[in-house]
Amino acid sequence: MTTGVGGAGGPGAAPPRTLWEATRKQNEPMTEKLTRPPTADPDAGPPAQADPRRPGEAIFRGLATGAGITILVILALVASFLLVQGSPALFADPAKLASQGYGEFASWVLPYAFGTVWAALLALLLAVPVAIGIALFISHYAPRRLAQPLGYVIDLLAAVPSVVFGLWGSLVLAPAVRPLYEALNAHLGFIPLFAGQVSGTGRTILTAAIVLATMILPIITSLCREVFLQAPRLHEEAALALGATRWEMIKMAVLPFARPGIIAAIMLGLGRALGETMAVTMVLSGSRNITFELLTSQNPNTIAATIAQNFPEAFGLKTNQLIAAGLVLFVITLAVNSIARWIVARRAEYSGAN
Amino acid sequence: MATIVHAAETLTAGRLPRATVPVSLVGSVLLGYALAILFTGGANIGLAVALAYLLFLLVMEIATRVVEGPRQASDRRATNLVVGAFVLALLPLGSLVWEVLSKGIPRFDVPFFSQSMRNVVGAGGGAIHAVWGTVYVTGMATLISVPIGLLTAIYLAEYGVRNRLSKAITFFVDVMTGVPSIVAGLFAYALMGLLLGPGSRSGFAGSIALSVLMIPVVVRSSEELLKLVPNELREAAYALGVPKWLTIVKVVLPTAVSGLVSGVILAIARVIGETAPLLIAAGFTASMNNNLFENPMMTLPVFVYDSYAHPGTDVQAYWDRAWAGALTLILIVMILNLAGRLIARRFAPKTR
Repeated sequence: MTTGVGGAGGPGAAPPRTLWEATRKQNEPMTEKLTRPPTADPDAGPPAQADPRRPGEAIFRGLATGAGITILVILALVASFLLVQGSPALFADPAKLASQGYGEFASWVLPYAFGTVWAALLALLLAVPVAIGIALFISHYAPRRLAQPLGYVIDLLAAVPSVVFGLWGSLVLAPAVRPLYEALNAHLGFIPLFAGQVSGTGRTILTAAIVLATMILPIITSLCREVFLQAPRLHEEAALALGATRWEMIKMAVLPFARPGIIAAIMLGLGRALGETMAVTMVLSGSRNITFELLTSQNPNTIAATIAQNFPEAFGLKTNQLIAAGLVLFVITLAVNSIARWIVARRAEYSGAN
Repeated sequence: MATIVHAAETLTAGRLPRATVPVSLVGSVLLGYALAILFTGGANIGLAVALAYLLFLLVMEIATRVVEGPRQASDRRATNLVVGAFVLALLPLGSLVWEVLSKGIPRFDVPFFSQSMRNVVGAGGGAIHAVWGTVYVTGMATLISVPIGLLTAIYLAEYGVRNRLSKAITFFVDVMTGVPSIVAGLFAYALMGLLLGPGSRSGFAGSIALSVLMIPVVVRSSEELLKLVPNELREAAYALGVPKWLTIVKVVLPTAVSGLVSGVILAIARVIGETAPLLIAAGFTASMNNNLFENPMMTLPVFVYDSYAHPGTDVQAYWDRAWAGALTLILIVMILNLAGRLIARRFAPKTR
């Protein structure tokens, strides 16, 4: 099946690259030429007029176009099904919701929406510095020969299914971090974050955030690593030649170039953390309250975890209400991803590459 | 000024001796361990390591600042922090692999792969129903996703380059990548509710949910690969009078086939561990179910979750099965990942 020449091969590009793709295109017309083999050109094809004696062209073209349109249809279906199935809960009489559902929709979903955003932000706070550190280690610090195997090791983290992370988080990590939580509470309890009665199980929102951080770490790392490796070699060498130390070189030549890519990576990690279900479901013993305390047993639950925990037993209006909550989650993640795109598009022009 | 004078006198002045790093590392570890015992009265490994690392950072900072100057100090601080970040990331990975192996192996036995959970209370039983369920559901999801994903990629790379439809598709594929997995599950549940009656759960609904997650992955990786195929190949075929669609089928796709296959395998590896959508759409059951379109179908990730979350009276037996299921799942994902990478490397077309 191998027909001669060609530059194909290499593992397929994973979807987290999408936003970075967007960056790269706006970002570096100069490296574009160097790193990319010639791509398909719209004008290079033969006259695409369908020959009536050879219907293959028209059929194949129709199939390909149809597949593309199918994707648009699927996405429209996702949105409309969520709307249709969720709307009974959205527009129902509050009294009816209170008796047959989980209570009035807005006040019911708000604590969960808070929990979703709060857990994701905590996870991001923990993951981003470490992820950037790892990416720098692999791209600029590790010995050349070691860099690629080390990258695979981090990618292994991405391959672990979320349910396994959940199992590990609740049965291994939660008991292990309890002494740390007690120490934090005893010595730093005056900070509101660490105040309150420490949870006896360790299954708090901080534990969930640690597990989430571990899960989004490889995504942020692999994107950042790629951006760091694309930093213009000449800039780096120029900085070193002028006597900069390695860190100064990274600060001057690598990080400014990589900034939009880093932001895109962070937003992608955020999107993943917002939608992650199983790890939170299994680790967090959540309830419905809004609190910033990290160590107590009163934790805000997330939307996704609430759906997963209640859906198997739900019926009637409760199902509709959970689907409406899913719609809220969908809107939140959609907003985050759109903001990511917008930031990337806006920041590109200030990038150090130009 | 003083350092400059020194530098003129000897070459090594103004530089820390090479032994500084290992010596201070060993010193910090010992001191950190001693401090941890002093603070807690017992040997807390976590605290000892954290203290040792902080001590090491501090010692190196002071030593470098005094001997080599502030710029070198910040350089060394960055190095130490970066290495520390990498080691920190290895901790959860190491712990996870160790725990899954040590806790999963006891029940990773023949009954686990030959029995279902039908009529099993407490110890014994297995996950054969879940293994087959995973094979059915993921297989069906692949059958749905690959044609749609591949043809879309062909449209994006070959037909609709930079026209409005392809821009819209690219945008919405990105949106689809960001769809939370549980939302995909809700969609499949609602769709099947409409087709098969409300409240129905089936393996096929699970396949649809997984397809929603898998299609954008397949489109992305395939499009990337099709764009890597050199234009000269297409032009050569056109010059011979080959129509465009035959050029794609006979020239472009075979050139990229290894990458396409590896992309599909990696996409399968990504969705095979998905739990939330299957929990919603496919439900759970204790028995074997060979019919994709009727009745709930157990899958391996849901089996792990179910064993963990709904243990009977004999909690340990259920958790042992959960760990064994987790081990199986990790092995499957690892094998798929390895296979994907190997295929990409082994069967890549020769470039020269």
